Amino acid sequence: MGILDKKYHDSNIIIVSLESALNWARKNSLWYEQFGLACCAIEMMATAASRYDFDRFGIIPRSSPRQADVMIVAGTVTMKMASRIERLYEQMAEPRYVISMGSCSNCGGPYWEHGYHVLKGVDKVIPVDVYVPGCPPRPEALLEGFITLQKKITGETLIEEKEQDEEVAPNPRPSEIHETT
Amino acid sequence: MKQPEEIFEYLQQKFGEEGLEFQAGDVGESWVLVEASSIPDMTKFLRDDPELQFDVLMCLSGVHYDKEEELGVSYHIYSTKLNHKLAFKTRVPVDEPHVPTVESIWKTANWHEREAWDMVGVVFDGHSNHRRILCPVDWEGHPLRKDYVQQEFYQGITTRE
Amino acid sequence: MEMKMKIKPKEKITRKTNTREMTINMGPQHPSTHGVLRLELVLDGEVVEQVRPNIGYLHRCFEKYAEQLGDYAKVIPYTDRMDYVSAMNQEHGYVVAMERLLEIEVPERVEYIRVILAELQRISSHLLGLGAFGLDLGAFTPFLYCFTEREKILNIFEKTSGARLLYNYMAVGGLMKDVHEGFKSEVTDFIKTFRPKIKELNDLLSYNRIFINRTANIGVLPKEVALNYAASGPVLRGSGKKWDIRRNDPYSIYDRFDFDIPVGTGEMGTIGDCWDRYMVRVREMEQSLRIIEQALDGMPDEGDVTEAVPKRIRPKAGELYARTETPRGELGYYIISDKSGGPFRVKARAPSFVHLSMLPAISKGALIADMVAIVGSIDIVLGEVDR
Repeated sequence: MGILDKKYHDSNIIIVSLESALNWARKNSLWYEQFGLACCAIEMMATAASRYDFDRFGIIPRSSPRQADVMIVAGTVTMKMASRIERLYEQMAEPRYVISMGSCSNCGGPYWEHGYHVLKGVDKVIPVDVYVPGCPPRPEALLEGFITLQKKITGETLIEEKEQDEEVAPNPRPSEIHETT
Repeated sequence: MKQPEEIFEYLQQKFGEEGLEFQAGDVGESWVLVEASSIPDMTKFLRDDPELQFDVLMCLSGVHYDKEEELGVSYHIYSTKLNHKLAFKTRVPVDEPHVPTVESIWKTANWHEREAWDMVGVVFDGHSNHRRILCPVDWEGHPLRKDYVQQEFYQGITTRE
Repeated sequence: MEMKMKIKPKEKITRKTNTREMTINMGPQHPSTHGVLRLELVLDGEVVEQVRPNIGYLHRCFEKYAEQLGDYAKVIPYTDRMDYVSAMNQEHGYVVAMERLLEIEVPERVEYIRVILAELQRISSHLLGLGAFGLDLGAFTPFLYCFTEREKILNIFEKTSGARLLYNYMAVGGLMKDVHEGFKSEVTDFIKTFRPKIKELNDLLSYNRIFINRTANIGVLPKEVALNYAASGPVLRGSGKKWDIRRNDPYSIYDRFDFDIPVGTGEMGTIGDCWDRYMVRVREMEQSLRIIEQALDGMPDEGDVTEAVPKRIRPKAGELYARTETPRGELGYYIISDKSGGPFRVKARAPSFVHLSMLPAISKGALIADMVAIVGSIDIVLGEVDR
C-alpha cells in the first residue's frame, strides 16, 4: 500500500517481473535474529524501541535463527563464540543475509592489537553482506545499513549466472531425449 | 574497627612471628605477606574470630611477577560488622605454584580461583572444579603471564589479522 | 441380546515409571539471557535440579590491554566497554582509584559534575535493566516506556561528551572538557519530567498481579548466603542488608549528600526474592534524583576542569584496591604500579561476575520460566562478567 493506493482510475492488472515482486516482498519484511553480543546490542535495542523505530521498515525481532532472514552480528565475536555463530548461520533458511554491526565484528575493533581471544572480524567464519561502522554505530547508521541491504536485495536476480566456458555441451532436456528415441 | 597494623599484630600473637611480614609500597595500601601453607588456618581464624569477623572476600587476584619468577595471589577482605579491611598476599615459585583453596571459607572464591588458574596459572589444591572459566577449555597457555605468546590458530581459525 | 457395557474401575498406575534427568542448554544465543551466557540446566521434568553457568563467550582481554598499552590514560576507553550499560560509573571507579594512587586533589566542579553524570547513568542503567526484565517476562510496553526516558538521558550525555553509549569523558584528575552550556537547565528539566514516570512504571509493572506472581518468592537469597558470596548493590540490599558503598565507605563527595538507602522488606513475598531486588532498583532511581538535585544546587559555576590533569601519569611503586558503587554493585579496581608509565597489573572485580556465581545456590527447585526471572533480577551484563 502507499505507492499503489488510489493511483488508478479503474481496476487494473499490474504486470511486473517475478524478480521485482519477490525482491520487493523480501526487502520490506526483513526479520532479524536477535543476536546481540556486546555494546552494539544496546544500540540495536534502542533502534528497535520507539524513537528510531525498526517496525516501520517491516523489521521485527525473532528469537530463533530458523525464523529469521537477517542475522545482525552486533558486538565482539570471540574465539569461543565463533563456532556457535557458524552453527547459527547454518540454521538460517535461505535467502539469508548477514549485517556486521560495529567495529568489533567488522575487523576486531578496539581489540585488534592485543586481544588474544577476539576474532578479528566475523567475516572469518561467515559471509557478510553489509558492514556498518561505528563503535557503537548510531541507530541511524544501523538503519542506513538496512537500507543498503534493501538496495542490495533489489538487485538480486533469479536467473542463474552464465558459466564462462561455453564449449561444453549442455545437458539435454528431458523433452529432447524423448524425441530422439 | 582496627587498622591494618593492629590486625597484623593480633595475627602475630596468634600465629607467631614466622611466616608473616608486613609490607607497604611507596603509595597506596599495605599488605601482609603470608606463607601459602598457613592459608587454611589463617583464613578460618580471620573469618570466625570475634575481634576480626571478616565475612566478605572482596577480591582475589593472581599476579605474575616475572622478575622474581614467582606467582602471587592477593586477597582483599572486609568486615561488614566491624567495618575494617585487610589485604594479604602469598607468593609461590612459578615451577610449583600450589596454593590451598579458600573456597570452603568464602564461597565466592570458587570463581575467582578458577579465573586465577585460567589467567595466570596458579594451582589451587582442593578446589572442587579446577577448570578454565574465561578462555575455552582447549586454550593453550596462561594469557596474563608476561611471557605469554598467543597461539596462531584456534580450531582452524586464525587469531591474527 | 443386551449388550452390557462393563465399566472397569479406574486402575491405579502401580508400576514404576522410569524417568531420567535431561540436560539442556539455555544460550549462548537466547533472547532472555542478557547477553552471551550459557546455562546448562539439569532438569527433572520442568524443575531445575542443577544449573551450571558457563561464561567466557565475551572475554575481551581487558586486563591484558591494560598492561600492554603502557599508559594509564589509554585504559579508560576499555573500562567503558566492560559494563557498557553504565559506562560513566566504570570510568568513575577507575579514575577514583588512580587519583588515590597518585594522591592528587580534584577541583570541586569536577567532583560535582562527576556525581551528576554518575547518578544520571545510574538511572539510565536501571531503566534498561527494569525494561529488559519486564521484556523477559512478557511485558513489552514498559520496555518501550523505559527506553523513551533513557533517550532523554542519552541526549544530555551526547551533548556533553559526544557519544551516546561509550563516552571516554572522565580523565585522571578531571574531565576531558567542560560540560556544554545549558547542562544545568537540561538536567533540571529532566528531573521534573522523570518523577511522574516512576509512578507510571509502578502502575504498569511493579504492582501488576501477573508480575508479582512471577517474581515473588522466587530466587530467595538469604542475607548470610549473600554475604558469603560477596554480593553487593541491589542484590544485597534486596536481601535486607542496608549497605551502600556511597554511605559506608564513601568516595568522591558522596558524604555531603542526604539520601536514603532502600532495602527489601518482603513486601510481596519473602525477603530477598526477585520482586524485592526489582523494587530496590525502582526506589534507588528516586534517591538518585534527590542526589542530582542537591548536586546541582551545590555545583560551583566557575572552575577549570582540566587544571589537575597531570601531563604524564607516573605514580610511585605501590598498589591499591579501590571500590565504587555502580548500578550493579561493587566495582573494584586492584591496580599495581611499578615505576613505569603503565600499570603492572589491573584487575577489575566486576559485580556481575560475583553475582552469577551465586546462581546455583538460589535456583534450587525453580522451574525453567523462573530461571528467566532469576537471571533478570540479578541484572547481569556479560561485558563485565567476562571482561
